[in-house]
Amino acid sequence: MTGDGTFALAALLLHALAFLVLAVVAPLRRLGRPAAWFSILCAAGSLVSALLAWQRHAGDAMSRLVWEWLPAQGQTLATVGVLADAESTIMLTLVALVACLVQVYSLGYLSDEPAPSLGRYYAYQSLFAFSMMGLVLAPNFVQLFICWELVGLCSYLLIGFWYYKPEAARAAVKAFWITKAGDVGLLIGIVLLWRQSGTFDLTEMRVLVDNGALPLAGLSLITFCIYLGAVGKSAQFPLHVWLPDAMEGPTPVSALIHAATMVTAGVYLLLRTEWLFALTPDVLLIVAWVGAFTALLAASLACAQDDIKRVLAYSTVSQLGYMMTAIGAGFAAAGFFHLLTHGLFKALLFLGAGAVIHAVHGNDLPQMGGLARRMPQTTVVFLVGTLSLAGIPLFGGFLSKEEILGAVWAGGLTGPFVLLMMVAFLTAFYMFRVVFLAFFGTPPARDTHPHDPPMTMALPLWILAALSLGVGIYFAVAGPALPFGPAEHEFTSPDWLMPAAVGAAVGGILLAWLTYQRRAIDAATLASALGPIRHAALRRFWMDDLFEGVYGLGLLGFSRLIGWIDRYLVDGVLNVVSAWTVTSGDDLRTMQTGRAQDYVYGVALGLMILLLWVRWALA
Amino acid sequence: MGLQAYLTLAAVVFCIGFFGVITRRNTIGILLGIELMLNSVNINLVAFARFSGDVTGMVFTVFTICITVAEAALGLAIVILLFRVRRTVTADHLDLLKG
Repeated sequence: MTGDGTFALAALLLHALAFLVLAVVAPLRRLGRPAAWFSILCAAGSLVSALLAWQRHAGDAMSRLVWEWLPAQGQTLATVGVLADAESTIMLTLVALVACLVQVYSLGYLSDEPAPSLGRYYAYQSLFAFSMMGLVLAPNFVQLFICWELVGLCSYLLIGFWYYKPEAARAAVKAFWITKAGDVGLLIGIVLLWRQSGTFDLTEMRVLVDNGALPLAGLSLITFCIYLGAVGKSAQFPLHVWLPDAMEGPTPVSALIHAATMVTAGVYLLLRTEWLFALTPDVLLIVAWVGAFTALLAASLACAQDDIKRVLAYSTVSQLGYMMTAIGAGFAAAGFFHLLTHGLFKALLFLGAGAVIHAVHGNDLPQMGGLARRMPQTTVVFLVGTLSLAGIPLFGGFLSKEEILGAVWAGGLTGPFVLLMMVAFLTAFYMFRVVFLAFFGTPPARDTHPHDPPMTMALPLWILAALSLGVGIYFAVAGPALPFGPAEHEFTSPDWLMPAAVGAAVGGILLAWLTYQRRAIDAATLASALGPIRHAALRRFWMDDLFEGVYGLGLLGFSRLIGWIDRYLVDGVLNVVSAWTVTSGDDLRTMQTGRAQDYVYGVALGLMILLLWVRWALA
Repeated sequence: MGLQAYLTLAAVVFCIGFFGVITRRNTIGILLGIELMLNSVNINLVAFARFSGDVTGMVFTVFTICITVAEAALGLAIVILLFRVRRTVTADHLDLLKG
């Protein structure tokens, strides 16, 4: 069965249209709200197209719509176009959905923004959605890499949207450079892979791999390089440090880019090249261990944060680690399932946090408290998101999380499995810590009269909450058959897995409840009991210090050495030579008297020397 | 008188001319020196022509004299122009090319 790629292409091009119109028609952009509505209209059209594309490509239908792009000696080096299949269209739908909802939400969230700046925001948003869809639908590595860089650029532009804030500008640059470090690996990997296989095309390469025609020598290096790109983009240890800082951007941006879509691009890349990674089990083992370690590290960091967005950011890092571990265990479909549900409920959590920040005008948890009575709607949707993330049955994240745990167990990775169980406990703990501190408990002395958000913000929240819950209930009823990939379950989870996972989550919730709601356990006692770990977590496990040290000592030191050599050795030699030339020229100048007769002396002298030379030397 | 006497005369005239070229401070004097040097060459040519019985040297001398006339006219014109511009014809003062 073949599908039809036009709908996928339309979804992609609608965002491109929105971006081009907003970028080129400056008067429309400066109007602000009309520009926003235009962009939202395109996003809505794109969502409809994406849904149609998904419907056309359910099952194993696949369609390619490509144009030749880089011609080279009788063949085509690279193409552009769309590769629509079950995986890419469902991801496309997620991107289109979250992009559309976030654009609607931003209308309320950024209502205080001046009109030109709002227009700029929507131009960036459209560019991002276009690039992300281009990445998702990429039929070859070249288009994938270009879009990969484009989403990185949009991430930079949107983190630094409030560029007059120094922290925001710094965070934008940091995110850009750190992801770029991984992207270098990706580029090297792609080029090496091209040398090995002779093609950039994903489908052709898949055929090569299936026929066993791809040489295996050196393939581990290639997949590791590609994985490096994913490490940067998906914020895996040790390149995870940019994501928490990226929270300086507007909250809807964090929801779209740094929770639901862009940061999952790394996971998506590994999913798309799953068959390639399957040839290199050693790299997969690294993926799994790094993923599990990242998950635990970030979860423990999330427990020590006071900024609500940072908690969510570390939670995103942690969940990305979850997905990576599943891929490392060899069951990419499980990771992709979690990617989709996570996209829904993490966008919901960020947008909910945005509503809270909008209401209390601050990010800090101690400034909040008792919001449940003031903001009942927000509380309900945030709770839905939290329960999904914690993995409570009937909610969105439950099945996908259990799927990952089952996959890791089935993959025989006991170590990462234990780490992930600890993360499940910690996840429930830190999320309910946020819930109890922000929505329950006592309000702070300084009261800002918070209230539920306006309609434009509430609607996306309710839609996402309904979807998070709906997905959970759907799969609870229909059984955990994934709507993509192999219809058969690739593995069977042991019977004790589900109770254990739920138990860990409930344990985490209980501990948070006892600590922050009942105050049966003093938070300070808990903190001092975990003294060194807490201290380390507050310093972010010295990862930022490490990078600064490497940068300050290594890179800057090396640059200073090079600078010294250039300034004193290279320039010194040149200065000496030029000074010598100048002085000797100055001295020799006096030879030129300007008197004609002196030159005649010179001619006579020269002639005499010539004659003598002819007489004696040549005789 | 043999060839040697003519050659000696030519050498003496050449040296007198050359001496004038290097020692005269007046530009017109220098030009006169140059004329002397050229004429010494003419003496050489005529002497060789006479003693070898070949008229080529004499014909050549006629050409040399013609060209010398032109050269003298040109040189004097330059000197007159120099005088108009610089108000001097003393060679020592004409040192615009001094480094």
